[in-house]
Amino acid sequence: MISLRSERRAAGAVIARNFSLIRRYLGWELVFAFYNAVNALTIGLIGLAEPGPGQGLRVLYLSIGALLWNFLSVLFFEVSNSVMWERWEGTIEYSFMAPVRRVTYLFGVCAYAVVYGLARTIVVLVAIALFFRVPLAQADLPGALVVLAASSVPFIGLGLFGAIMPMLSAERGAQATQVIQGVILLVSGIYYPISVLPHWLQPVSWLSPATYTLSAVRGAVLQGQSVASLLPTALGLLAAGAVLVPAGLYAFAVAERYALRTGKLKRNG
Amino acid sequence: MYAIECREVRKEFRPEGESPWKRRGAKVRALDGISFTVQDGECFGILGPNGSGKSTLIRLISTLLVPDEGDVLVFGHDVRSAPMQVRRLIHRVSVEASFFKKLSAQENLDYASGLYGLERGEARARAREILMRLGLPKEKVGAPLEEMSRGQQQKVAIARALLTSPTLLLLDEPTTGLDPRSRRDVQEFIEEVRAVHSASIVLSTHDMQEAERLCDRVAIIRGGRFIALDTPANLAVRFGNGEGLEAAFLNLTGEEPNLDEEEIDG
Ligand SMILES: Nc1ncnc2c1ncn2[C@@H]1O[C@H](COP(=O)(O)OP(=O)(O)OP(=O)(O)O)[C@@H](O)[C@H]1O
Ligand SMILES: [Mg+2]
Repeated sequence: MISLRSERRAAGAVIARNFSLIRRYLGWELVFAFYNAVNALTIGLIGLAEPGPGQGLRVLYLSIGALLWNFLSVLFFEVSNSVMWERWEGTIEYSFMAPVRRVTYLFGVCAYAVVYGLARTIVVLVAIALFFRVPLAQADLPGALVVLAASSVPFIGLGLFGAIMPMLSAERGAQATQVIQGVILLVSGIYYPISVLPHWLQPVSWLSPATYTLSAVRGAVLQGQSVASLLPTALGLLAAGAVLVPAGLYAFAVAERYALRTGKLKRNG
Repeated sequence: MYAIECREVRKEFRPEGESPWKRRGAKVRALDGISFTVQDGECFGILGPNGSGKSTLIRLISTLLVPDEGDVLVFGHDVRSAPMQVRRLIHRVSVEASFFKKLSAQENLDYASGLYGLERGEARARAREILMRLGLPKEKVGAPLEEMSRGQQQKVAIARALLTSPTLLLLDEPTTGLDPRSRRDVQEFIEEVRAVHSASIVLSTHDMQEAERLCDRVAIIRGGRFIALDTPANLAVRFGNGEGLEAAFLNLTGEEPNLDEEEIDG
């Protein structure tokens, strides 16, 4: 019998452990937050390079890209990195030997990633708000938030695919996750419309959930598109998540079985 | 019911560092047809040279590896088809302490007990009790693991295992690297755990005295096979000319093991 209480306790333990780690690596956290904020500002500043009436909107366009990429990449990285880290510390054998369903464990990982990703993004948002005078009169912020929330689901799914890599090969796994992240960054139109990409690359953009997230959030903030008109995109993102999350969980289970068969979890002893 | 039942267990590995797309290297045979049973409440020792398959065997029982062939049952549950049931009954201490090194003992144990669904306050009290019993200085409980000595880390690892009151405790060289006093603390504690909680124990070790002291029976493993299995006293008589377990071990694991399979029982 699986008791709901103990499963909840287990997921909570994963989240609490990650927050404890943040406390111990606080110096790094501050450095990351600082770098993220500065990086977003430098990108926003590109919008001011050309004089003219559209400056404010250009800054906003770029800032939205920086903010969203910040959120989605942190989400993806945290989910995929969690297994990597446990492998690195050697705790993975202990976590996987515990009588807890893998879904529960991964739920803890993902819940933490969402909360942490939001916190990191809010830091950047505050920096942008203090640094630039961006025109928000037309913006439909609730619409943007709905899309953002929906987009975290497919990104968690992608993160789960990232998380299986370290189980297949310790070092190459981490390398593969970086490459996946790089491709998403390139094709999703974070700082430019995807129409500027070479033609042969554009079909890849259609596969990235980030592409739809970006264009919908820009629609909401720059053109004030209503929640109703953004709903199809939000539902589409949720539908993509409904495929990607179970597929990611399934792939994780397959990868774990492979690791148990071939001895990939172990470090030494 | 047996605590452990292993039948003709085999496990091979492809050498580490070999990538999937490179030509496949020769396989390493880590376990080559191991069969034995451990009684409920028994302390079962595994002695063997480096690389003989001790840790691999313990990982198979802990559901951290899947056997290529053969069956491993823990209290009747198959590690392959019912890993969750097995996981509820076991815990393991490995030779590597394996913790989040920046986190304190307390934080690491909070995480571990949470994964097992234990109530936090109770688990903390119990952890403290075990750590005190093992002689870990009180002020160390809140310090990052990386600031602890190996022996101290090992004590935390033992606390992590015992926190969940396992019915079967798998100890992979739990006292390697401990000073004589710490080693005795741990050994006494293992005896106490056996007496109080009537746990079954599998213990791999390179310490002959430890095996003699703690184990009801000892298996000697070499090249992934059990080459002898008996009580420590009998092993000493049968293979050590009565000069103790160490003599038996050296004779059995020497270059020329002039032994037949018939000499193995258990
Ligand atoms: N995950 C793994 N991947 C590849 N090879 C492995 C793996 N685990 C064990 N082996 C190999 O299997 C053999 C048995 O190793 P094992 O760790 O079980 O030995 P051991 O008896 O515990 O040794 P030690 O006394 O040094 O701890 C060794 O040749 C080892 O290199
Ligand atoms: Mg070993």
